[in-house]
Amino acid sequence: MTELILQAKHIYKSFHDPIKVQVLTDINFSVSKGEFVSVTGKSGCGKSTLLYILSTMDTDYEGELLIDNILMTGKKEAMLARVRNEKIGFVFQFHYLLNEFSVLKNVMLPGLKLNKFSAAEVEHRAMEKLKMLDIEKLALKNANLISGGEKQRVAIARALINDPHIIMGDEPTGNLDKKNSDKVFEIFNRLTNEFNQTLLIVTHDQSFAERTHRIIEMEDGKVISN
Amino acid sequence: MNNSLIINIARSLLLARWRQTLIAAIGVTFSITMFITLLSFMAGLNKLLDGLILNRTPHIRLFNEVQPNSLQPINESKEYKTSYNFISSIKSGGSRQEIYNSGAIMNALKKDSRVLGYSPKLTAQVFFNDGAIDITGIVNGIDVLEESRLFHFKDYITEGSATDISKVSNSIILGKGLAEKLLADIGDVLQLTTAKGEQFSLKVVGYFQSGVQDFDKVQSYASVSTVQKLLGKPGNYITDIQIRLKDMAMAPSMAKEFETKFEADAEDIQTANAQFETGSSIRTLISYAVGITLLIVAGFGIYNILNMMIYEKMDSIAILKATGFSGNDVKRIFIFIALSIGLFGGILGLFFGFGLSSVIDQIPFKTASLPTIKTYPVDYNPAFYLIGIIFSLITTSFAGWFPARKASKVDPVEIIRGK
Repeated sequence: MTELILQAKHIYKSFHDPIKVQVLTDINFSVSKGEFVSVTGKSGCGKSTLLYILSTMDTDYEGELLIDNILMTGKKEAMLARVRNEKIGFVFQFHYLLNEFSVLKNVMLPGLKLNKFSAAEVEHRAMEKLKMLDIEKLALKNANLISGGEKQRVAIARALINDPHIIMGDEPTGNLDKKNSDKVFEIFNRLTNEFNQTLLIVTHDQSFAERTHRIIEMEDGKVISN
Repeated sequence: MNNSLIINIARSLLLARWRQTLIAAIGVTFSITMFITLLSFMAGLNKLLDGLILNRTPHIRLFNEVQPNSLQPINESKEYKTSYNFISSIKSGGSRQEIYNSGAIMNALKKDSRVLGYSPKLTAQVFFNDGAIDITGIVNGIDVLEESRLFHFKDYITEGSATDISKVSNSIILGKGLAEKLLADIGDVLQLTTAKGEQFSLKVVGYFQSGVQDFDKVQSYASVSTVQKLLGKPGNYITDIQIRLKDMAMAPSMAKEFETKFEADAEDIQTANAQFETGSSIRTLISYAVGITLLIVAGFGIYNILNMMIYEKMDSIAILKATGFSGNDVKRIFIFIALSIGLFGGILGLFFGFGLSSVIDQIPFKTASLPTIKTYPVDYNPAFYLIGIIFSLITTSFAGWFPARKASKVDPVEIIRGK
């Protein structure tokens, strides 16, 4: 039996403002360790909404969410922040690096926040991640002075810094050209193959999704194929 | 939790917008500077004005008032005890102005731990004979050393030496106005006639200027024994005992106590000079009000800048939250930013405030009525600096609190989706 990283049980979500709109209906699935899963579907099918619920950032839903076999539903904000810090890595469509910091510092921040290793050790680990993604030369550059593709790779390095159980991506290639998206896919692929990293990527890029291990397809707030 | 990391992030956010930060800090600096300067100057002025009267006024004065006896015979008689008696044309009795048993009273005061010191005093009404005309005046007999120690007598001597009246026999210090009327120089010998018609000659050894012109036109000082001679009284004749207490606030209650204990009239400084207290407290109130207004304005400046910063940094806040910083962490970052602006601006303000008050302290300020004052008075009271820095921290933390709370409530999902 493979280790379950993430389980979603009967998740419902609706927006109340201005009128009640059902966005997600009875979502059930689980992700096991080492899987490379993509969630696809048309714009507005609720796939991003689902990702934010799975990532614990959105707590306004019905149903149950388990990460690492621990129930996340109903936990306090500070607890969830800690879970995000420790167990989840994020890669967004827009790179969201902190422009006030260098590339290295951006990668280090979640590690420093976790406070599991000393600052020197976190720095060493951050450098290793950057090296792995072949961007160690950028380490001391300011985050706003590097290209889009590079930024996305820095974001991936940041997602990896605390060795999370799962990396979640919201259209991580949505804003990149073909060459750079291929590069990002390569990195994801390497992470699952070499490091047995679990990945859950929301994308509408069909060619990207087809290359992942498993596709969850959504339509109108429901999973239609898994 | 992870304080150094919070501080580190706050510092980076601050330095990334150092111009805005600087402007916010300058706002605080300016208001603290003005707060300190205003209060120091105002307090200096207050002290000066109060000192004009209060320094020279005893906290409690023991004396015998010339007044009709409150115990009239008819009221004492058994027959009329129960009736309401109307008595007209009562005259002040022949009771003596002398304080009875003054030696024993002074001994008792010496032992009283609440009393800082006392000085005996007696006064004589005289006429200074200046050629054909006589000028009325008052000669105060004082103990120069105690009078200087307790009531700053020496500070008001503009020429000559105060101690000379105790060293040179039959000597006198004239009020500046009086000396001008008499055309008396130091070393001159004055003729004067006492109320009882006796003639004396006294040598002028100095002038004093109190700052109150009417006072200087009639008053003069001599030693206690000289005045006793003028009055033809023995060496234990004292009409006033002036008492200075360690704590001025105790004067009213102690005056009552002394009144019964020493069987003399006792007047406390609060009753005698109530208006000064009111004047200085209102001036202080106004300067605090202005100072605090300045700080609140600076607080609004900080509030605005932090609010703007939060709108600018929405993305950063969202990503910090997404990567595991809790709302509380974010709040602490922004409160730290506000507090460091307050602390930095405040400390700088203290220095500038000190500088500006020192400058004011150097500005010449000469007035005929205040002989001892050469420059504008400034009170370097450390309490103002303490209040200044505490208020700057309080206003900035309030100014930081609301934006920080807003930042802590930023929903990362909304920001990330909104793109």
